[in-house]
Amino acid sequence: MMHRLDAQAGEWLDRSVPLRFTFEGREYQGFSGDTVSSALAAAGLALLARSFKYHRPRSILSFANHDSNTLFQVDGVPNVRGDVTLLREGMRVSAVNTFGGLWRDKARVLDRFARLLPVGFYYKAFHSRRLFPRWERMFRALTGLGEVNLGAARAATPKRYGFCDVLVIGAGPSGLAAALAAAQSGAQVVLVDESLRLAGNGAPPALVGEAHRSPAITLYPATVAAGYYADHWVALASPTHLTKMRARAVVFATGVIEQPAVFRNNDLPGVMLASGAARLLARYGVAPGRRVVIVAGNLDAYSTCLELHRRGVPVAAIVELRAAPESDAAATSCAALGIPILQGHAPQEAIRGADGGVAGVWAAPLSAAGHIDVNARRRIDCDAILMSVGWAAASQLFLQAGGSTQFSEELQQFIPKELPPGIYAAGRLNGVYEIESRLADGRRAGSQAAAHTGFGTPSNGAVARSARCPSHRFPIIDHPQGKNFVDFDEDLQVKDLENAAQEGFDSSELLKRYSTVGMGPSQGKHSSMNALRVLARYRGVGVEQLGLTTSRPMYHPVPMKLLAGRSFHPERRTPIDAQHAASGAVWMPAGNWRRPEYYAVSGESRAQSIEAEVHAVRNGVGLIDVGTLGKIEVYGPDAAELLDRAYTGRFSDLKIGMTRYGLMLDEAGVIIDDGVIARLGPELFYFTTTTGGSATVFRELLRLNALWGLDCALVNVTGHRAAFNFAGPSSREILQGLTDIDLRDEAFPYLAVRPGNVAGSPARLMRVGFVGELGYEIHVPAGRGPEVWRALFTAGVPRGLRPFGVEAQRVLRLEKGHLIVGQDTDGLTDPNEANAMWAVAMKKPFFVGQRSLRILQARGPRQKLVGIELAATTPLPKECHLIIEKGAIAGRVTSVAHSRALNKSIGLAMLSPELAQVGRDIEIRLDGGGMLAARVAAAPFYDPKNLRQKAGAAA
Amino acid sequence: MKIMVCPLNGPRPVAEFAYGGEIRRSPDPDTCTDAEWSSYVFNRSGSPGAKYEWWCHIASGYWFVVLRDTVSDVVIATFPADAVRRGALPP
Repeated sequence: MMHRLDAQAGEWLDRSVPLRFTFEGREYQGFSGDTVSSALAAAGLALLARSFKYHRPRSILSFANHDSNTLFQVDGVPNVRGDVTLLREGMRVSAVNTFGGLWRDKARVLDRFARLLPVGFYYKAFHSRRLFPRWERMFRALTGLGEVNLGAARAATPKRYGFCDVLVIGAGPSGLAAALAAAQSGAQVVLVDESLRLAGNGAPPALVGEAHRSPAITLYPATVAAGYYADHWVALASPTHLTKMRARAVVFATGVIEQPAVFRNNDLPGVMLASGAARLLARYGVAPGRRVVIVAGNLDAYSTCLELHRRGVPVAAIVELRAAPESDAAATSCAALGIPILQGHAPQEAIRGADGGVAGVWAAPLSAAGHIDVNARRRIDCDAILMSVGWAAASQLFLQAGGSTQFSEELQQFIPKELPPGIYAAGRLNGVYEIESRLADGRRAGSQAAAHTGFGTPSNGAVARSARCPSHRFPIIDHPQGKNFVDFDEDLQVKDLENAAQEGFDSSELLKRYSTVGMGPSQGKHSSMNALRVLARYRGVGVEQLGLTTSRPMYHPVPMKLLAGRSFHPERRTPIDAQHAASGAVWMPAGNWRRPEYYAVSGESRAQSIEAEVHAVRNGVGLIDVGTLGKIEVYGPDAAELLDRAYTGRFSDLKIGMTRYGLMLDEAGVIIDDGVIARLGPELFYFTTTTGGSATVFRELLRLNALWGLDCALVNVTGHRAAFNFAGPSSREILQGLTDIDLRDEAFPYLAVRPGNVAGSPARLMRVGFVGELGYEIHVPAGRGPEVWRALFTAGVPRGLRPFGVEAQRVLRLEKGHLIVGQDTDGLTDPNEANAMWAVAMKKPFFVGQRSLRILQARGPRQKLVGIELAATTPLPKECHLIIEKGAIAGRVTSVAHSRALNKSIGLAMLSPELAQVGRDIEIRLDGGGMLAARVAAAPFYDPKNLRQKAGAAA
Repeated sequence: MKIMVCPLNGPRPVAEFAYGGEIRRSPDPDTCTDAEWSSYVFNRSGSPGAKYEWWCHIASGYWFVVLRDTVSDVVIATFPADAVRRGALPP
């Protein structure tokens, strides 16, 4: 049983401050400085968790914040990392994923059915479509981790941005040495370590002090370098925030991760990694047990043994996997102390005690070929088993950075092979193990990284890699009854991996996907290496022939709150926004903008308001804010040439003071945008684009201009100008009172553009006909927009003016049969299909899309945009409802609305050409399958001769 | 985030840039066959390697040419846009 020892210098506790907390409802006590895990360990609890799949009892494994055994629910927060979370007074801690609590977990029965749940069984057993939802519910409930509190308050976690010359990841001996060397060269250094403190990571205390004092080194303790992104951009996750660190060079001193031995019941509470036990002992004064067995595969085991002995923790035996291990001072001392060392033995099986923890171990001779002699096994009683059999390089981030590794047979470890520019590796990650070598390797990497960023001269002294093998070749012991776990997160045993390989999933990537090895919260930190060894043995090849699976961010689980954004959705607002709001605007998004959909009036329904707005435009006057349209000026001798090439129409012959409709195609001949192009001078044009297309159209025009090398320049004035459409039979009369421009037909004909003043503001007026009434588009400087709007509004209200929104405008233009690019056209519509060939000057020498359009014209349309009408009494179909002819899809509705002026429902539809004859009956399929009769009709529906907009007279 | 070196504005985060596609030589629309033109419009080789690409620094509206290795995502060189028209891009 784990227990607390007497205080010792150097521990991380303040024993004068006891802290009370509860675990699974029972009260316990720890000290200030304890982590949740260390306090629970000190309390002597055998059982801390249940495993993910079989609900097996679990306890501390790595004490390095790497395994999933010590995830807790703390004060309602799920998956709190117990190894690194500091204990607080009054904390309420419970285990995750249990049914009825940790000790009585009803799901523990699953462990007995493990035989029935072979690898890949999800794929094999649950493909029935009928039963799948049931299985899914069941497994979602049984497996998993903490419980998310959906009512939790939103936590704002701002992102921070950092910059440095050299980023050093890992503050062990080599990382510290690298940081100091880089700083001494003159570089600004950031040193990151996941540990709460820098001291006690094996580095000489003097170095730690130096790093703390150095003004050129910024320390990030308790911070995980979670992901490496392009150009040395590293995500640093601390408990409270995320820092996006941009470095100019990165030193990876990420070290190694201790690996478990694989033997039956190696997951029992009390079986843990020796390095974890050593940390618990040194920092928190917690002994791993009262009688300990060490499974050894390297020399580290003997140092751990000596330290336990020094602290008075009895070591029952060292089970040494190797028949003839090398020796050092520590090993000699252990032997001298009389501690039994069973060379060439392996733990055949850990024995479970009454408390659910370890009660002993069966040790048996292990042959050179890896076979166990069960008959010669002997029982050693103990309450803790420490595994010290080897290490795996923490190369995940290094691999993300584009480094490559190769497997070193001598070191039994993947070591860096190729390093991209600005990337350096040092220390044990680099296969350098002895302390003096690690320091030297760190200094080398630090000076090289600094030199890469322009500071100092690089040290070229290569440091020799370890001469001793720190890791056992095959610390995996077979057992006929299994339960020898390779992956503790996912409860995967040796036979699961072998079965997966046998079923054909015999590459490291396939094995991972099929068996889920390495896919749990630890992301393979304790399982990848052993899984590779199992696979290599199965296939009869070396580990070097298999290779690691691809490493991707995040290296370590990162709380979602650190990644979540601010829920910040910027939207553009026109200068008239406040006045719209005052008029009761109901908003809708349009591109990046918010626009009034309609203006709510009390006592009116939405439909009534929209109808009244339409009515005002048709019979009096209406005012709409069209400032969201893209607005571009092009100036220069080649301005007309640019437009001639970029748009389908001809603009070189457009008279000054006139406008023309502009249609833009892509290279495939598909309609991508439209607008009105006005000529203000011989070399000056002003034109509009659609609201949604303004940014991309402007950018594409810039590209074409750069490509063609024309002598003209473009300015995007979308945000500089406010724009309104003032439309309706009374518009001229009212506007004339506000402007010095002569609005009479003979002075200002349809489609003309005139500069002048409106309501005291400089303005450009364009006589347009989008809504099918006499109307003027008024463009003024954005800053003057509100006062001009107010003046128009005030002058119009006595004459029945209503501001109108996007919905009313849609009805108005639909009555005129005008298409909206992107609504009535799609990514395949060419001008021929959209009845827009009138806007295309095919005779021009060139325009974008012309060549494709020639091909399309020869081929003939595959669909045709037509008007449709429906009886006023029928329900409205929706836009995109399909038109069915003889059971097959023959088209779709693209726009539809009820027209009060026409007393019927009208729409536009894309239809097969053979059906596109006026008068043809068609059927529209509604939601739910009902059919609706409609008829192809001639568009425009309203004022087909366009007399109202041209003459301005009542037609 | 990746850093892109704009010939006009220097090194900037790649989020400030828009990608404009691979630069390909258009056949003469007046003399080519329909099949040649369709192939130009719709077909892309997709083969990895060094490619000339259009890139735009959005804030300044500056278009330029990037020779980029699409395997390693490394920018090999940049050129002003008029190099395309002048046929001045090295093969």
